Amino acid sequence: MNYTYYPGCSLSGSAMEYDVSTRAVFERLGITLTEIDDWNCCGATAAEAVSSLLGSALGARNLALAESMDPSSDILVPCSACYLNLKKVEMERREDPELAKNLDTILGEEDLAINNPPRVRHLLDVLVNDITADTLLQKTTRPLTGLRVVPYYGCQCLRPYAVFDDPEAPTSMDGLLRACGAEVVEWEMGARCCGASNMSTKPETAKKLVQKILMDARGADAIATVCPMCQLNLEGFQKAISRDAGTDLSISVLYLPQLIGLALGLDQGEVKLDKNLALMPGFMEKLLGFDIVIPH
Amino acid sequence: MDELLQLKTMLNPCIQCGTCTASCPNEVDMDLVPRKLWRMVLMDRHEAIFDSRTFILCSSCYLCTLRCPRGLPLTAAMARLKAIAAKRDLAKYRKSTRFYKSFMESVRRHGRVREGEFMGLYFLAMKNPLLPLSFASLGIQLMKKNKVAFELPAKPGIGNLDRLFKKVAEIEEAL
Repeated sequence: MNYTYYPGCSLSGSAMEYDVSTRAVFERLGITLTEIDDWNCCGATAAEAVSSLLGSALGARNLALAESMDPSSDILVPCSACYLNLKKVEMERREDPELAKNLDTILGEEDLAINNPPRVRHLLDVLVNDITADTLLQKTTRPLTGLRVVPYYGCQCLRPYAVFDDPEAPTSMDGLLRACGAEVVEWEMGARCCGASNMSTKPETAKKLVQKILMDARGADAIATVCPMCQLNLEGFQKAISRDAGTDLSISVLYLPQLIGLALGLDQGEVKLDKNLALMPGFMEKLLGFDIVIPH
Repeated sequence: MDELLQLKTMLNPCIQCGTCTASCPNEVDMDLVPRKLWRMVLMDRHEAIFDSRTFILCSSCYLCTLRCPRGLPLTAAMARLKAIAAKRDLAKYRKSTRFYKSFMESVRRHGRVREGEFMGLYFLAMKNPLLPLSFASLGIQLMKKNKVAFELPAKPGIGNLDRLFKKVAEIEEAL
């Protein structure tokens, strides 16, 4: 198995541990990820808010580059915003011939073209449907027994395109986490919005959303995420939000492949636990019980 | 065609059922509920639209789009309104629109957003010396972890997307 890999900008910066742990997990599983040469930013939610055609053009350039490398290899995308932006181009250019024509013109400037682009896949989709929980179970050498995890999906890997899970009541992470030996804690907030970039521009509004999520996560050891924006919003503002809520809402927040990596026997450095902003003492104690040395 | 007229055509099938409002996580902070905003678009009440903070609060969760019984692309409609506000540089929305524009400026220069540069461009665009303070807590956490660094805006270099941005603008002007 081989995938064309689109890391995206966050994974080269504030979400580097998502990138490193994803690559490490796939290496451990014997699967090759080939990064798209000269990939560009997907536009996040900013491009569409400036120009919808610009957003499509940025996504299209990446599809064209991936197609030129290997049209038969799916594009693996860990970031949910990047995933949606690339997926949107894949879907919309099929339905909208005028858009397809405009994109051809734009890509033509660089002698690029889209003919039969590879499929865009979210990391979670690939883990659940290609790798499968059964394989993870077989390869788990360090079961995370007794670790209580709430799976957080956020929005853009689920909606608007319901590709691999129920877009309102998702369950795809459950089997993966159980295969790692962890206990999945039931909660209501798995598919709710974290506020996304409102945390920068309308923090009072975004903090309310994160507060609800953190409140419902109480009692778990960790939140598992599959998006750098969600991860940052859930881990980066816990002190301020606890102050607003009048109660301590601090909780460990990790990327799903970090947890999977630990279960597969990778050490903390290989999944870059030293980069997480929220790892709580109770969680770290449990890791020590699994013989995982904790960074400081 | 005029952008608001385009949007009106896009939203024409709206039956005013309010599923969008009931689904929106940010509705509590909006002055016009989403349903009413669409009504304003359909009735050409442009002043009411750009007097409202509703569309700028959309966090692109896509619940309304998913649930709309008419299958309308409502999240995209919110983004269209943001884009109009950005193009007109309306003072009321600058805190958001200049955030998006600064992000895109970094992407234009290097093909990829440089997080440090993007924030620097944003602070320069807002000309508010107190604004960086509201980002200080997260910024310090990220810098301590060596995840972002202060970056002075750099000249366009490897990966720059001038040609793509220009071609997009050309096509949009001809529309």
